[in-house]
Amino acid sequence: MSLADYAREHGLKRVGARPALLEYLAEAWKRRDFAMTMARFNSEAANAKNRLGRWWTVLLPTVQALVYGLIFGVLMGSSRPDNYIPFLFTGVFLFSFMSGAFGAGAGSVTGNLGLVRSLSFPRMLLPVQATIQQVFNLLPQMVLLLLTWVVFAQPITFKWLLLIPITFLMIMFSTGLALVSARLTVHIQDLAKLIPFVIRIVFYTSGIFFNMEHVLKNYPIALEIEKYNPVYVFVSLARGAGVEGYEATAFMWWAAIGWAVVTLALGIVFFWKAEERYGRED
Amino acid sequence: MAAKTKKSTRPVSDKPVVVVDDVHIIYKVFASGRRATKAGAGGGLFSRKMRLREVHAVKGLSFTVFEGESVGIIGSNGSGKSSLMRAIAGLTPIQGGAVYASAKPALLGVGAVLLPNLSGEKNILLGGLAMGFGRKDMLDNTDAITKFAGLEEFIDLPMRTYSSGMSARLRFAIAASRDHDILIIDEALAVGDQEFRNRSEARMREMRDSAGTVFLVSHSMKSILDTCTRVIWIEKGELIMDGEPLEVINAYNVHTGSDTID
Repeated sequence: MSLADYAREHGLKRVGARPALLEYLAEAWKRRDFAMTMARFNSEAANAKNRLGRWWTVLLPTVQALVYGLIFGVLMGSSRPDNYIPFLFTGVFLFSFMSGAFGAGAGSVTGNLGLVRSLSFPRMLLPVQATIQQVFNLLPQMVLLLLTWVVFAQPITFKWLLLIPITFLMIMFSTGLALVSARLTVHIQDLAKLIPFVIRIVFYTSGIFFNMEHVLKNYPIALEIEKYNPVYVFVSLARGAGVEGYEATAFMWWAAIGWAVVTLALGIVFFWKAEERYGRED
Repeated sequence: MAAKTKKSTRPVSDKPVVVVDDVHIIYKVFASGRRATKAGAGGGLFSRKMRLREVHAVKGLSFTVFEGESVGIIGSNGSGKSSLMRAIAGLTPIQGGAVYASAKPALLGVGAVLLPNLSGEKNILLGGLAMGFGRKDMLDNTDAITKFAGLEEFIDLPMRTYSSGMSARLRFAIAASRDHDILIIDEALAVGDQEFRNRSEARMREMRDSAGTVFLVSHSMKSILDTCTRVIWIEKGELIMDGEPLEVINAYNVHTGSDTID
């Protein structure tokens, strides 16, 4: 009798084997408290280093938005989109959340090797935890966004409530992104160097500080392609909810739902497929 | 010594807990330096492949461990002990064979600090949650764990400020706060001081007696003799000897040229 048969006969299970997807997800769900707590502790630790602490989570994107507003606002002169400040703030805040999750996901496994090498738990919790940390930053930013809308005299309507499903879909989408970038950087560390450029390119092609429909009005094909750009879709939906003069189309809602569901599902499967490889020495 | 001879090497039961079946571990590492490049590999962007070296750390080991056994693993540095332990814990991918276990083995290794920027207290909670324990249990146990680790004064400091001995003590205390069916201790105690070593060895014996299985990697033959019922000697990834502690240790000492057990 081979050792394998002997082991099986006594009910032993293979160690380190990747569990079936549902079992894996159940295991991860059981330890959700770990992901939540780790995200909370990590963001506390990150904030504790600076004097202004938590305030940076809103200060940074505000400063960012103001700088862009100043530079591009002047550069673009009269071709500025209408309601420029609310338009820009909506774009910058949402973008900084999505790019933040993508970047944080990339470092979530490679940056926690100590943990990965000493404890066994579903590794998926690491990119998920990184996304939760970004959500903690997003919530005060959303409050600030609403304030900006109020300050810049946007009419308060029930449409603002649409921000809730938009945020929810965006979190799903970003979790998927974080899972993908987490696995990619495990395979190819070099990718971590390219991530800032990828984020820049997306920033310039998603209409964060300019009105896509004006800039691309002579390029109908490019505009058609942009309708499938998820970052553009989420940002446009949020503008449709609260910035006067911008309407979201039904198609955008379908695109957003599609991106959220597909990216999350693909991200989970993609990450889970390599579960046995995380924590490798090389 | 007399007190210790009452331990028998006969397994407490015939129930296997860990089966290691022809395990191979191969690391592929990018090498650099004269030795790595001498084979005419011109340096350059795409010739990195030439410097990829394979290290065959464990070469087809097989053995079975039974319930209630505590197994000492000995061998010189680089003999593959730690690789094997990480494979048993399922933390490192293996290139051949398989490891089977009745429960998820918990590994305590050297070096790894859990979350360096968080305090010892937060590491206790997170370590426990990651192992799948409840929050309430861990919070209730925090004081006991701190006390066991002897870190009452420093538990609120970030773990990166701990000495290697302190962080090893904390990690042992976290892992040992619960009974594990299978616990692997990889030299984690070597950096602890004598007092802590005695305390942790007592805890290990306790776990073994409650039908847990303990693996202990150590260069201290005394520790191994004090806690183990069986010893496996590995050299260059191959099994040299497997049997009664005193017998294996004596053979090992002949090999290394030591004449005392310490």
